[in-house]
Amino acid sequence: MSVLQQSPAAAAGERAWTPVCRYADLSPDRGAAALVGRRQIALFRTFDGRLYAIGNRDPYSGAYVMARGIVGSRGQEPTVASPMHKQVFSLASGVSLDDPATAVPTYPVRVVDGTVEVGLDRAA
Amino acid sequence: MSATEERSATRRHVREGCGRRVVVVGYGPAAHRLVEALTGNGFDGTVTVLGEEPRPAYDRVALTSYLAGRTAEDLAYPAPAGVTARVGTRVTAIDREGRTVVTASGEAVPYDVLVLATGSAPFVPAVPGSDLPGCFAYRTIDDLDAIREAARGGGPGVVVGGGLLGLEAADALRGLGLDTHVVEMSDRLLPRQVDEGGGAVLRNHIEALGLTVHTGAGVRAVEAGPDGRAARLVKPDGEAVEARVVVFSAGVRPRDELARGCGLAVGERGGVVVDSGMRTSDPHIYAVGECALAAGMVYGLAGPCLAQAEVAADRILGGAATFEGADLSTRLKLLGVEVAQFGATSGALDVTYMDPVAGVYKKLFVSDDARTLLGGICVGDAAPYDTLRPFVGRDLPGAPSDLLFAGAGGDGIDLPDDALVCSCNNVTRGRVRAAIAEHGLTDVRGVKECTRAGTTCGSCVPALGRMLAESGVDTGRALCEHFAYGRAELFDIVRVRGIMTFSRLIAEHGTGRGCDVCKPVVASILASLGNGHILDGEQAALQDTNDHFLANIQKNGTYSVVPRIPGGEITPERLIVIGEVARDFGLYTKITGGQRIDLLGARVEQLPAIWKRLVDAGFESGHAYGKALRTVKSCVGSTWCRYGVQDSVALAIALELRYRGLRAPHKLKSAVSGCARECAEARSKDFGVIATERGWNLYVGGNGGFTPRHADLLAADLPTEELVRLIDRFLMFYIRTADRLQRTSAWLESLDGGLGRLREVIVEDSLGICADLDAQMERHVAGYADEWRATLEDPERLRRFVGFVNAPGTPDPSIEFETERDQIKPVLIPLEAVSR
Ligand SMILES: Cc1cc2nc3c(=O)[nH]c(=O)nc-3n(C[C@H](O)[C@H](O)[C@H](O)COP(=O)(O)OP(=O)(O)OC[C@H]3O[C@@H](n4cnc5c(N)ncnc54)[C@H](O)[C@@H]3O)c2cc1C
Repeated sequence: MSVLQQSPAAAAGERAWTPVCRYADLSPDRGAAALVGRRQIALFRTFDGRLYAIGNRDPYSGAYVMARGIVGSRGQEPTVASPMHKQVFSLASGVSLDDPATAVPTYPVRVVDGTVEVGLDRAA
Repeated sequence: MSATEERSATRRHVREGCGRRVVVVGYGPAAHRLVEALTGNGFDGTVTVLGEEPRPAYDRVALTSYLAGRTAEDLAYPAPAGVTARVGTRVTAIDREGRTVVTASGEAVPYDVLVLATGSAPFVPAVPGSDLPGCFAYRTIDDLDAIREAARGGGPGVVVGGGLLGLEAADALRGLGLDTHVVEMSDRLLPRQVDEGGGAVLRNHIEALGLTVHTGAGVRAVEAGPDGRAARLVKPDGEAVEARVVVFSAGVRPRDELARGCGLAVGERGGVVVDSGMRTSDPHIYAVGECALAAGMVYGLAGPCLAQAEVAADRILGGAATFEGADLSTRLKLLGVEVAQFGATSGALDVTYMDPVAGVYKKLFVSDDARTLLGGICVGDAAPYDTLRPFVGRDLPGAPSDLLFAGAGGDGIDLPDDALVCSCNNVTRGRVRAAIAEHGLTDVRGVKECTRAGTTCGSCVPALGRMLAESGVDTGRALCEHFAYGRAELFDIVRVRGIMTFSRLIAEHGTGRGCDVCKPVVASILASLGNGHILDGEQAALQDTNDHFLANIQKNGTYSVVPRIPGGEITPERLIVIGEVARDFGLYTKITGGQRIDLLGARVEQLPAIWKRLVDAGFESGHAYGKALRTVKSCVGSTWCRYGVQDSVALAIALELRYRGLRAPHKLKSAVSGCARECAEARSKDFGVIATERGWNLYVGGNGGFTPRHADLLAADLPTEELVRLIDRFLMFYIRTADRLQRTSAWLESLDGGLGRLREVIVEDSLGICADLDAQMERHVAGYADEWRATLEDPERLRRFVGFVNAPGTPDPSIEFETERDQIKPVLIPLEAVSR
């Protein structure tokens, strides 16, 4: 087996895939933080086996804690709540569901032979 | 059964002289429900259950969660009292004339009434190699143990069978890290539930998750590798699929061999024939569950099996209940995909909607005049299931194509009064509406009690919530969008139904996947009911970050550590250890208001090392992070103080040790003062104790904080033992009935009848629940273990204490400190300095 799941390509341009951990290292419905270059990325594996990657920084408090939030759903949207003050963000789009003007970045993520890889633009 | 229970059962038997001996063969869900229904309804005979598996009955429906970390104990049903259950005991023959059953060890067990609840056995096709090591069935905990063991080395795995169970097994293999294939004989997955179009959409979903699907393919053989274990599966066309693990999930066969052996009537294709009272062709023998051929078929779903068990129990008790068949509609989530099917799976006309990009497929079958709904299939979006299932067999409420888009709320569709809302218990919407109006019901629990709707599979519970709202009831009690209940109702559901996982609770009684509101509430309920370490299995994912890391998060993402110092009493040696730990890890140190010491500024990956030093010195977690007992503060009391009349320190320590770790709707604080001068400020606490010349005065419902409230005197001059019993009951009653995040002060004020009511319940036992409350607290006290130590001892739990998965030792570069008054202080990154 090769590619398990691949998010829709974000912006055009060259992308570097960085392996970060084994798929099995991630627990269902829980996040983990990864350090890619200087960037902190929050990875989530949801109950249905899907992966999401968003920025680890909570834009409301400035703390790098998103990976430690509670995963869930709102309507059909998979979500994570900031552990600081509980603002809820879409895991898919990164947008705050209570305040659409605020968002965290999202990153493409895929699994290759059991290894989770995060995609970042080369420029980054 | 304990010896005393056994004696008292025999005494009852002799006294009443009419007790019959019921023997149940098989100890699965159906047997368990039968026994529960007998003992719960005053059965006065003896009940003996003989089960072949090495453990008491467990929730087979939730079997797969075992691989996700639930233990056998988690899955086990609570043992019914007064029943002799013998596990590891297989029955090999029935002697109908002598009314005995014979076990594998040759023992004869006499019966007056015999119940067969032997379930079914997985069907394994008789192909060469299907018995090689590495080939498994998927039905028991033992099967799963064996599969887990075999999957340890990784590699490819194959599931034979693409039905409901097969896909569940495939998900399990995937979860074990195997590269998973599914081989299905039919031309599509879930051939019994969906048609070709639905099967194709489902297949896309499943392949996108990385599984490989082979349809139209059977098994010719399983071939061994050089080690003699299964190595590959060969399809009839000769193609081989590599497989270290092969799971057969190609259907089940009723276990009717005992019935055949003693000449009971069995169906052509298996199953013990029973009448509508679940009685076999021998009036002394009943059959229930998956081994029974009832109402013309063998039912393979838990709901009908349990209904059958209740009917048989009622008959044994002299009732006249009947089982007339059950609806096979299903709505479930498999590998993250919603799948639903109701009514017929074909019809004269059909209307189909398909969106291959979104992965949605919906189809309705209607009569040839396009007026009557016959059934439907949904994949990827099951919303029409709730709204349209009640219309099966009746006039369509709108144009079929509009109905396909009927929202989850059933917006705009006016359901008729005689439409069934709960098919498990045959309850119509009209009945529910009438009950709401007549009894002025205000919550789902009331509707359930009054009508029984929603008490079996629970899939109609959201619909009940909507009907309440339609009737103008303010359903503000709903916890969040995922549960139509308040916390107290959820507590009862979990307690009464013995639910031990969030997954099961939300599947049966909620919608969606939960959120930061309901998950911690459920985590707390599960913990209050004594479900093991809060970081085990699925429970870990429910916890707030504080409970998740057993420490309190601070504004820069670091944590604080607070060891327990019971009653505020500490030896100089231990005080020095705290100082050394704080110094060595560079933590900011402060004395708290609760007579203990807060160590701040620890990074996630430092926590275990800090705890290790503390635990080695005899400290344990102070639960400062939990909605749990914090501290029991005390003054020095009669030992040292000139005014003290009782030893307040000793009592405070005893209370703190008794209630430590107790999870509650909100934090709990307490204090003990050694005399009426009240130096410990006990009346500002959730429960406060003030010494008197003759004993202790107990005050409850006090609060400091945002809305201060002086605690009320509940009882005066109590001896210590009675004081403790009253506190036990007060706390347990609060835990059972309070709302989410409701402190005892607000709870007491919201209690109908206030303090008087509280006294009735916990002093006079007006609800008859005190024995239960006492037992629950005993379980808590007996089951307490230090969460820090338990975490340090378990590599699996320790795994999550890393800063970064890809750089476990690297400290979070965003965390910086500066110095203030000789200690650290967080440097906060200015918000605008970070680019998005
Ligand atoms: C993985 C899995 C997932 C499932 N998921 C669902 C679901 O989502 N929804 C649903 O409705 N249903 C589901 N089911 C089906 C459900 O579990 C069964 O319908 C239910 O277990 C039937 O209960 P039972 O007591 O009749 O039989 P069983 O559960 O099979 O229990 C029978 C017991 O009798 C014992 N026994 C048999 N013969 C003898 C003998 N001679 N002497 C002593 N003991 C004997 C067996 O060892 C067994 O322990 C699932 C089943 C499995 C395996």
